[in-house]
Amino acid sequence: MANLDLETVSQEYYDVLKELGNIGAGNATTALAQMLQCKVDMSVPQVRLLNFQDVASLMGGEEQLMAGIYLGVDGDITGSIMFLLEKGSARHLVSKLMGMALEGEDFSEMEMSALQEVGNIITGSYLNSLSSLTGLCVYPTIPSLAVDMAGAILSVPAIEFGTLGDKILLIQTQFFDEIQLDGYFILIPDLESYGKILSSLGIM
Amino acid sequence: MSEIIKVGMADLKVCVSPDAVTTLGLGSCVGIAIRDPITKIGGLAHIMLPDSTQIKNNSNIPKFADTGIVELVRQLVALGANQGRLVAKIAGGAQMFAFQNKSDMVRIGDRNVEATKKKLSELKIPVLAQDTGDSYGRTVVFYPETGDFVIRAVGKEQRVI
Repeated sequence: MANLDLETVSQEYYDVLKELGNIGAGNATTALAQMLQCKVDMSVPQVRLLNFQDVASLMGGEEQLMAGIYLGVDGDITGSIMFLLEKGSARHLVSKLMGMALEGEDFSEMEMSALQEVGNIITGSYLNSLSSLTGLCVYPTIPSLAVDMAGAILSVPAIEFGTLGDKILLIQTQFFDEIQLDGYFILIPDLESYGKILSSLGIM
Repeated sequence: MSEIIKVGMADLKVCVSPDAVTTLGLGSCVGIAIRDPITKIGGLAHIMLPDSTQIKNNSNIPKFADTGIVELVRQLVALGANQGRLVAKIAGGAQMFAFQNKSDMVRIGDRNVEATKKKLSELKIPVLAQDTGDSYGRTVVFYPETGDFVIRAVGKEQRVI
C-alpha cells in the first residue's frame, strides 16, 4: 500500500466515503438534535478531492473565521480527523446549547468547552459509522480546538495530506435548525489505514 | 498602479516594487519573504513541509522549504535581483492545535522554521526578522520597496517586522 496515490482513488472509494459521510452526518444530526432538543435537518453530504487552495475558498476564503476540532484516531486504523464549522455557526450552536446569547466576539472558556463537546459528538458520530461500516476498531483521542483563520486551521490537515499529494479529501455537510450550518469534515488516515479501510470493505 | 499579488498554499510569486506579495492564513506553514534592497525585486514563498527528500511525491517544488527557497531565489535572480544582496524575513510555523498525534507531525511548524533557516543560511541569505511559532494563524504582506513584512492575526494588533 505504500505506493497508494490519493489522486487515483477509485470511484468505489468515493462512494464508500460518501456513504460513510451520510451515515456519520445522520448520526451526528441525531446527536445534535438530542443535545439541542430541537429538530435538526441535514443535506446529503458531498465528498470531494480538492486542491489545498480550493478548500479554503470553498469555506469563504483563507481569512474566514472558523472553529476547527482536531483529534487523533487510534486502533485498527490510525490517522486524524478534523471537523470545521464557520465561526458564526459555531456561536449559534454554542448559544443554543448553553441556552443563552453569547456576549462579545470571542468564546469564553466555558463556551470553548461547549464547542469542544459539540465537536466531540459530531466527530464521534463519524467514527462510529466508520467503525460499524468496516468492522474495524477505531478510538478517538482527546480533541483539540482552535478558532482562527480557515487557512491557518486547514494548514494542519493540508500538511498531513501534503506528505501524500497536493489534494485534500473533504466531506461537506449542511445542517439546518433555524439557520443553515455548514460543517466540513476531513478524514486523514495514514497510508496503511487507507488499505485497511478499503480491504475491510472488500474493495481491494 | 501597484498591485498586491496573492500567493496560495504551496505556492510562490515574485514581483517588482511598487507591487507587493501576500499570503493569507499561514498556520503551520512558513511564509518566506526575500528581496534585493537595491533593485527592489522581492518574492514570497508559502511552504508546507520542511524537506522534499523525505517525501516520495515531491514534484510540487514550492511545497517544500528546501526546493521552494531555491526556486524563489532562482526566479528573483531571473527577474534581475543580485543573489549576493538578498535578505529574508520569515513568518508562520505556528502549532495550531495543542497536540497533534502523529509523531513526525509533531512540531511541524517548528520544523518548517528550522528547515527554512537552514536553507537560507546555506544560500548565505541573512534572516533580518522573524515572527514564528505560537499557536495562531497569520496573514502577511511583503513590500519589496521598503522590505516591510506586515503581519496580521485574529484579535491582535498588526505588526510590521
